[in-house]
Parts: sequence; structure tokens; C-alpha cells
Amino acid sequence: MNKVIEVKARTEATAAPDAESAGTPAVVRKKRHVRRRIGPLDIALGALIPVVGIAIWQFYSGSGRVDSFFLPSPLLIASTVADLGATGELFTHTGISLQRVLLGFLLGGGLGLIAGLLVGFSKRGEELFDPMLQLLRMTPNLAVAPLFILWFGFGELSKVVIIANGAFFPMYVNAVLGIRSVDNRLYEVSKVLAYSRFDTIRRLILPSSVPQLLLGVRLSLAVSWLSVVVAELINSTSGIGYLIYYGQYNSRTELIFVGILIFAVAGKGIDSLVRLLERRLLGWRDTYKG
Amino acid sequence: MTTHLLEIENLSKRFERQGGGVQALQNIRLQAEEGEFLTVIGPSGCGKSTLLRIVAGLDADYEGEVRLAGGRIAGPGIDKGFIFQEPRLFPWLTVEKNIAADLSLRDKATRRRVSELIELVKLNGFEKAYPRELSGGMAQRVAIARALLRNPRVLLLDEPFGALDAFTRAHMQEALLDIWQTNRTTMIFVTHDIDEAVFLANRVVILKPRPGEISSIVPVTLPYPRKKTTPVFQDLRLRVLSEFEKIEEVAWGESGAGI
Repeated sequence: MNKVIEVKARTEATAAPDAESAGTPAVVRKKRHVRRRIGPLDIALGALIPVVGIAIWQFYSGSGRVDSFFLPSPLLIASTVADLGATGELFTHTGISLQRVLLGFLLGGGLGLIAGLLVGFSKRGEELFDPMLQLLRMTPNLAVAPLFILWFGFGELSKVVIIANGAFFPMYVNAVLGIRSVDNRLYEVSKVLAYSRFDTIRRLILPSSVPQLLLGVRLSLAVSWLSVVVAELINSTSGIGYLIYYGQYNSRTELIFVGILIFAVAGKGIDSLVRLLERRLLGWRDTYKG
Repeated sequence: MTTHLLEIENLSKRFERQGGGVQALQNIRLQAEEGEFLTVIGPSGCGKSTLLRIVAGLDADYEGEVRLAGGRIAGPGIDKGFIFQEPRLFPWLTVEKNIAADLSLRDKATRRRVSELIELVKLNGFEKAYPRELSGGMAQRVAIARALLRNPRVLLLDEPFGALDAFTRAHMQEALLDIWQTNRTTMIFVTHDIDEAVFLANRVVILKPRPGEISSIVPVTLPYPRKKTTPVFQDLRLRVLSEFEKIEEVAWGESGAGI
């Protein structure tokens, strides 16, 4: 009997090269391929173009061929960062912006998620809310910002609301999409296995929509990050947006660059965090990885 | 009064479509005994999948009587295991969690049953693997284990090996017979492969299309394990094939509507 089994296993292994007659090694090898570590070479490759670009930039700006008012040299920008760091301003401005982004994202993204689940799960909810929300989605954040300032004053609240307004829609749209994109063939499985309504939501619909929900989080955070500039440029005495505004007003172009730099670094940092979460949660996905 | 595990009486099913309907099934009358292996075979459009879906409770809109263990089938339930043509595993769950599905592996009895079934479908060492890491045959065995964990009265299989290559299919058939002989679960197996139908079944039910009716039932009394190359096997195969040709002659010329 055992021999028969062995022969069978071997036949299947030859029939499907994915499977491995020796059992687990196939699994281990595949995992290693998926979770490849980022080596020094990868970092070097990713840094190649920026490093060369900055070198050329420094060469031209440093040699005085370009007016520092139009394009300050990388070294000047770096020393400005160091100065701001020494006085602590760098961290207070970054901190307050981060706080606004986070609060705005939690408020807007949270409401977007709730609205998305409501509309996603109920046909009636969709008919009730979706047309209105799609209309509001098309209004530019910059256009409604003055209204929020009018209603919520010049304090923190109006800034958080402006950000929340931006953060709401990507989360909403992707939550609805996630719920509505559940594979009908898997839904049939849940019926055959006699899942309760609760189990269907918990064990089928929510896990199915995780990829789309995480995309919603990423896009929502990105928009929060864009919106904080809007909020801080219009009315603020602190934050990175204010730093940029101040630089423009006082003809200190290097401050504008510092602001842009912080936005880029912090934005990328947050995005990387979400992608890390994505990799942890979505390791089961079978997709092309380049 | 009830002597059969599954009783189908005067079952008819009509699909209404734009520009007229299709009579998918007409006056089907069929019984299955406890522990029996029944294969249902027919050309595409004969309603064999529809029949299986009705027995599964996935389609409740029919005329006639369909009873399992004396009770009228009203909807899906774990007493009727169903294997689709594709494995349809939850891609975010490991093999053992796919088998457990809504049951918790923290429960000792469930955990023991799951490992027994993993043993039965010969997937030892793959408990923690994800579906994307499995071959087609392995994934389909996970699906079979998932259905068996619920101790179904009947296991319904809808062309389960249709998407597999010839080698894998051949030993999946043997594997299924092993499982059947160990568990004695009643099987109703839909296929369009005559060899497969004769190789597996106690009885082969032949359906003919438009309207879907039972054309004949061929009992297969050959002892297991069967050899596809023996003359007796070939005789039976030819008998089923000739039934098939009669059907095809009648159906020829009409455009086949795949149901």
C-alpha cells in the first residue's frame, strides 16, 4: 500500500513541477523567493539616479552659475536643515504637521471606512448615500477649504477637517470596492459550508477586501499628506506648510526646499510602513512580483 | 417508507430566458443508496451540473421531490458536501485552516479530525502551506478534505478532476476511491469522461440533453481496484459509449447551450 502511495506522489510531482515529491522544501523555497531581503546592491541601485542628480546640481549651484535665490545648492539646503534641527524648529514643525495628518486621517479615513462598509453591505445604503458622496468627491479640497476655515475658525479644528475631507474619499471608495469585489465562486463555497451571515462577513467578505482596504489606507494617507499643505499654506503659524509659506514670503528659497524635503521623506516613511503592513497581511497573494 | 438515502422524484427544472426558456431537467427519477458511488455523465447542456446543484441545495427553484435521508432538500447544508470543478480554496488561509474553515483548530476534536483528513488525502507536510503553493491536484484534495470534515451524508462532485492533466486525474481517481473505501461516504460524481465514469461508479447514470432526461443507468459490478485496460472494463466502456452515440445522434445539429 505504501509503495502505491509513493508512486502516486511521484507521478503527481512530475505532472505538476510546482509540487515537490520531498514535501516541505517546495514551500520553503517559494517563501524565500517571495520574502527576498533588500541587499546593499538594491540600495545602491535605487540611490544611483538621485545621487548623480544631486552631484550635478551641487556642481552648477556651487559654482555660482545659478542664482541661489532660484535654486539654492544642496549644501545650503543641508545646512539649513542642520540649523533648523539645532533650534528644534525642524521637529516642532514636522511634529505638528504629522499630528494634523494623523488626526485628519483617523477622522476622515475612519468615517470613510464606516460609510464604505455601510454602502458596501447594503443596497439601500448605496442608493441613499452613494450618489451624494460621489458628487462631493468631485469637489476639490482647495475649493472648500475657505468654507471650513469660515465654519471652524483659524485653529486646529479647521485644519484637521480639511485633511479629513481629503482622507475620506479614497478610503470610502476602496472600502466599497473591496466588499463588492468578493469572488462569487468563494461566496458559493460559504453557502455550501453553511456559513452564518456573521461568518460570511468575518471569514469571507472582510478577508477578501483586505487588499482593497489597505490600498484605501495608503491612498487616504497620501491625500492627507497633500491636504496638510493646503491647510497650512492657507492659514497657519506652524507646520511644514507654514515653513514653505514663510520661505516664500521672506525670499528664503532654501526653506521651501527644506519643506518639500520633509514632506517627501515623511510621506515615503508612512507609505513604507503601510506597505510593510501590506506584506505581512497579504503574503498569501499570488501575484507577479517582477 | 424511506429506504433510500437520496430520492429524486419527478424532478423538473426550467430556465427562463429572453426569447424562450430551456427545459434543463425533465422528470428525473433517481435513487442513491447509503455508501453508493454514482457517476452522472452526459454531453454538455444535459443538465448534469444543474441536477447536482439542486441536490446540494444551491438551487431551490425546481419542481418535484428531492429528499435526503427522508427530508426535503430546502437549502445548502453541511450534510451535503460539494466539490466544484476548481478547488475554490480561501487563498488567505493555510491548508489546515482551509479544511477547518469556520471550525476552530483550537478545538481538540477538530484538530485531530483535520490531521486525520490531511493524512487521508496525503498532504502531510503541507499543513501550513498556502493555496498558491499547491498544484491543482493537491488543492483539489484540500477541497475534498474540507468537505469530508463536515461528515456529509453525501458528497457531490461536479467534474472535480476536469481541469487536471491526464496523469494527475488518473491518480486523483484512485485517491478518491481510497477515500471512499475508507469512509464509505455516498458519492455522486458528475463527469463528461466515460473512462472516469466507469472506473469509479457502482452505477453510471447517463443523461441526455434538451430536455435533460435520464437516458439509461448502467450498473458496474466490476470489483475494485479496477484496471482500465482489461477487456471487461472495455466492454462496459463501449456500452456507455454506444448509449452516448445514440444521444449524440438525436442532439446533433442543435446548437448546444451549456448549462
